[in-house]
Amino acid sequence: MEYDCIVIGGGPAGLAAAIEAKDNGADKVCVIERDRELGGILNQCIHNGFGLHEFNEELTGPEYAAKFIDEVYKRDIDIFLNTMVIDLTKDKEVTALGDNGLIKLKGKSVVLAMGCRERTAGAIGVKGFRPAGVYNAGMAQRLINMEGYLVGKEVVIYGSGDIGLIMARRMTLEGAKVKAVVEIMPHSSGLNRNIHQCLNDFNIPLLLSHKVTEIHGKNRVEGVTIAKVDDKFNEIDGTREYISCDTLLLSVGLIPENEISQKANVSIDLRTRGAYVDSNMQTEIPGIFSCGNVLHVHDIVDFVTRESRIAGKNAARFARGELNNSKYIDVYAGDKLIYVIPQKIALDDENGALICFRSKNIYRNPTVKIYSNDKLIKQKKYKIIVPSEMIQIHLKYDYIKDLEGNIMVDIEGEKND
Amino acid sequence: MIRDITCIACPLGCEIKVEDTENGYLITGYTCKKGKDYALQEITDPRRILTSTVAVEDGVLKVLPVKTDKAIPKDMLLKCMEEINKIKAKAPIYVGQVIKENILNTGANLVATRNLAKKE
Repeated sequence: MEYDCIVIGGGPAGLAAAIEAKDNGADKVCVIERDRELGGILNQCIHNGFGLHEFNEELTGPEYAAKFIDEVYKRDIDIFLNTMVIDLTKDKEVTALGDNGLIKLKGKSVVLAMGCRERTAGAIGVKGFRPAGVYNAGMAQRLINMEGYLVGKEVVIYGSGDIGLIMARRMTLEGAKVKAVVEIMPHSSGLNRNIHQCLNDFNIPLLLSHKVTEIHGKNRVEGVTIAKVDDKFNEIDGTREYISCDTLLLSVGLIPENEISQKANVSIDLRTRGAYVDSNMQTEIPGIFSCGNVLHVHDIVDFVTRESRIAGKNAARFARGELNNSKYIDVYAGDKLIYVIPQKIALDDENGALICFRSKNIYRNPTVKIYSNDKLIKQKKYKIIVPSEMIQIHLKYDYIKDLEGNIMVDIEGEKND
Repeated sequence: MIRDITCIACPLGCEIKVEDTENGYLITGYTCKKGKDYALQEITDPRRILTSTVAVEDGVLKVLPVKTDKAIPKDMLLKCMEEINKIKAKAPIYVGQVIKENILNTGANLVATRNLAKKE
């Protein structure tokens, strides 16, 4: 079967991309989703706080997803559920396995929107057995919020990413005792408001600069040993403390799920662990686009939607043979940034470019400065920039059309802990 | 007395200070009207939207996500959870459907936050 645009993944990124591709003239569009329904991770994120940018109201995850799912079903878009893509070639041939057995599709364009997965216990190297009761926070979230199982009664959470914080509140509401959230960094990697409304509201201690040194228990978790760490994350002698618990939730980071991308020879940036893309969200393989958490891990779904619309729109333009940019410059992250997306900007594109980045540290009253060949082309002041919050800045066509040198994005301001 | 409040109105999480003065509350550090309103609310009558799940009969899933359609007093959160845990909804259910009216006289309705089809 032939499509103008094949979208791999039916979460927030894939849904926004599919709608936008269809509305921009891609005649035949399909979405391939491995779960039994559309919506992706939003279906298990039952808390509120989604959609402030997009809808100017606070929605829960399933409500945010429902708005896009409705829009997809209103359009003539083919949906493959319970279907997992197992191969993709650089010629945009997709092989997938699902309810109808093995299917082969060919796309004029492909949008990669597979999302990310959680880092597991193996990635953080904690001593001890692997008893029952060690869960990734997102896995526990799915079990509680969709399958109806409470995974434990006395809980320690390792890692203070947003999923960990949200799960601390969720488990507390369901009657579990959350004894502590343990974070190895001197600051939380979650949003401030989640520390406030998920931990402080329920008097759950947040132990910064601490790590879990050992998991106790053979068949079921019986407790964990934690210890303070120095600024090089080494354990400080004499600070060990035992906490009894039956469950350890891990919220220790997310990894873009790019195995399918790599089958099509899409090259991966080691900092984002997602594809190299240009300002049209096109990877280095023509006609293959990438957006959402498979490109880089986001903290706000509204930003995923914004980025994915760019991918969908340009996938449609590519399918119609109307994406013909020829002038590109590279984009570099300054010393104070972890990364910047996109890695390349098409100068001759009237849509301009959406720049996304994360800082390495906390800055108060900083200015973001964007340079081309050492010349300042745009600056923007912020009250605060923290590593847990991605920043997006749109560069209009007028700013970039006449640029010649590469772009460098950096933060000017005093580091603040 | 000065109280520090982290705003939860949006992901920015502004650090707001509320000072008790002779002329009423002096609120500083907010960056929008929502933040100022939240700070005043937080020190006079703290409220939260409650989100949870209720058990479902005959649904494609065993549980249905729900929320209070407005913020309820913070000290009612756990009491409302006890009430929520008694509820058994019946599929099919539509997003926005009222599952429990005026839960524990908070003035808030408990509403479904997704469609949940009946099990075939």
